[in-house]
Amino acid sequence: MISTVPPAFIFIIGGLLVPFIKGKWKSAYLLLIPVIGFINLISIPEGNHWVVRFLDWELVFGKIDRLSLLFGYIFHLISFIALLYALHVKDDLQHVAGLVYAGSALGVVFAGDMFSFFVFWEMLTVSSIFLIWARRTRAAQAAGFRYLLVHAAGGLCLLAGIVLYVNQTGSIEFGYIGLNGLATYLIFFGFGLNCAWPILHPWLTDAYPEATITGVIFMSAFTTKCAVYALARAFPGTEALIWIGAIMTGFPIFYAVIENDLRRVLAYSLINQVGFMVCGIGIGTALAINGAVAHVFNDVLFKALLFMSMGAVMYRTGKINGTALGGLYRTMPFTCICCMVGAASISAFPLFSGFVSKSMVMDAAAEGHMRIIWFILLFASAGVFHHAGIKIPFFAFFGHDSGMRPKEAPLNMLLAMGIAAFLCIFIGSFPGPLYSLLPYPVDYVPYTAPHVVGQTQLLFFSALAFSLLLLAGIYPGEQRCVNLDFDWFYRKGGRLFYYVLDKVFNTLTRASEKAFVGGVAGYLGRVSRDGPTRVALLGLVPAWVIGGKTGEKLGVKKISLRGALQTGTLPVGISAAVATVFLIVVFLLM
Amino acid sequence: MKEEGQNEKRYLFDNPRNVNRLLGCFFSSLVILLVIDLFIHKHPHFPWEGWLEFYAVYGFVACVALVLAAKYILRPLMKRREDYYD
Repeated sequence: MISTVPPAFIFIIGGLLVPFIKGKWKSAYLLLIPVIGFINLISIPEGNHWVVRFLDWELVFGKIDRLSLLFGYIFHLISFIALLYALHVKDDLQHVAGLVYAGSALGVVFAGDMFSFFVFWEMLTVSSIFLIWARRTRAAQAAGFRYLLVHAAGGLCLLAGIVLYVNQTGSIEFGYIGLNGLATYLIFFGFGLNCAWPILHPWLTDAYPEATITGVIFMSAFTTKCAVYALARAFPGTEALIWIGAIMTGFPIFYAVIENDLRRVLAYSLINQVGFMVCGIGIGTALAINGAVAHVFNDVLFKALLFMSMGAVMYRTGKINGTALGGLYRTMPFTCICCMVGAASISAFPLFSGFVSKSMVMDAAAEGHMRIIWFILLFASAGVFHHAGIKIPFFAFFGHDSGMRPKEAPLNMLLAMGIAAFLCIFIGSFPGPLYSLLPYPVDYVPYTAPHVVGQTQLLFFSALAFSLLLLAGIYPGEQRCVNLDFDWFYRKGGRLFYYVLDKVFNTLTRASEKAFVGGVAGYLGRVSRDGPTRVALLGLVPAWVIGGKTGEKLGVKKISLRGALQTGTLPVGISAAVATVFLIVVFLLM
Repeated sequence: MKEEGQNEKRYLFDNPRNVNRLLGCFFSSLVILLVIDLFIHKHPHFPWEGWLEFYAVYGFVACVALVLAAKYILRPLMKRREDYYD
């Protein structure tokens, strides 16, 4: 304990030092950070560590238990893989952002109090946004701003909930919360936004495909999984989560079928997979929580693997739309194989990692006699194979020959994909080590004959449906288009808001300018300039006329009086006389 | 995947025979799966899990429904030009 430090600090400080390391040592330095972090992590005993007094509160930077540890392990592992994948990147901004982002994620999962939890939670957004902006395109910039605004709204909601909750309970400890009262709903909603719940989800499908090739590997791993961790910690067994999770598994697959940008297809399938986790947390039994958490571990690996393979394709061809790709297996065979391993894992083929975790959630739903949920999850299992399992590899690597013959991906990318692919197969074939890390004791056997045959049937006959539909020409061809999603409400709504404000306030401004600046102010100016002259002329002209001044002489008199009044150069006597008259009038009126 | 012999430009699936072989393997495995199902002793949570070839039928129907719904309902509703938001 003396020699260890909070896991988040290694990544955050290590990340901030990246720009100072130059030359060939940089690669070694980058890869060393997660390795040192991991050694540090396994040296920390379970329990609460690094308790710091802050004002009247106790901050806990190391709440180490089986739940947080599992997230800690996978976050270290994926950081290593993502850094390896990004080694060729010369842009320090991305390395710094990636490492600080990973550190923030570790901060979130090991936070024992709500203050530090919230700070790290917000750092997730702030650091990850640079992974989007680092793409340095207009689309990425715009998507990054939308990402920032949506997360800022969710963060404020969470903060409001935390403040209310701490006010009510008097404790800032982060543990089980459960749904009761406004405060808990606000926290629930704040978590849900980062978790990409339906309707709250478009930040993910909007921003992830705009992120950099290497940045999206980090992004696919951390934000949603931190939210899953927060839900598992604070809201296990909340019934609403079962339905939210089930809907999450279901609706994205329809979008994924008609989406052209293959990284956006993966973003939709990311929501679909997180749905299984959310559903498991909602069911809340030991089996379901184990399943959800195991699925986090596996999903981080196979989703990263799929994003890495698509990233490699994008890196070599500069294209990512299904319409532009095809036939790349010819010259990128290793990337193709890795992609298929990822596809098989996400589809939960026997011997691949998804199989040993997704089925736990399915069985937990079945044990709870949740028929409709079970059917939705099964539908989603078939659907995910359809879009992530077949569509991604087929349109990128097979299908029509795009004529492109790009080089195989760079060595560091191949190594990163190789490690992830190996782990997907290893965990799928030998689930024991993963099961031994789960929060509850596991007595689950994934490989039973009916389960293996049932799942294989499900997948093979989905594949049959795909091939028949494709051969019959019914399968929807890829098209260059955008598909509306709930972000329409703020993308078009934002514009409407801007338009309305523009019309209302700018019209008001113009009207005010016309009325006050052009009208009233000018009038007052004229009155105060000409008023005294007119009053004086009114009194004096009859006197002059009576005095015999007419014609030109009267004109000269008028001009000299006007000049004297406007420049304030009346003879002293007259000024004094006017002032006296004025005082007499005032005196009489009072 | 593996390159086809001496000719640099001929790749694995450029040869229609290989495509047919793959499809052959695929269709035979479908048949094998259907046959195996007859001999499996099931212990279902739900009664329909015990029905013959339940998963095969469900997988096929689900995917067809998914594709048709996506193509004929979702796409016409949601599809816009690429520059819709610009």
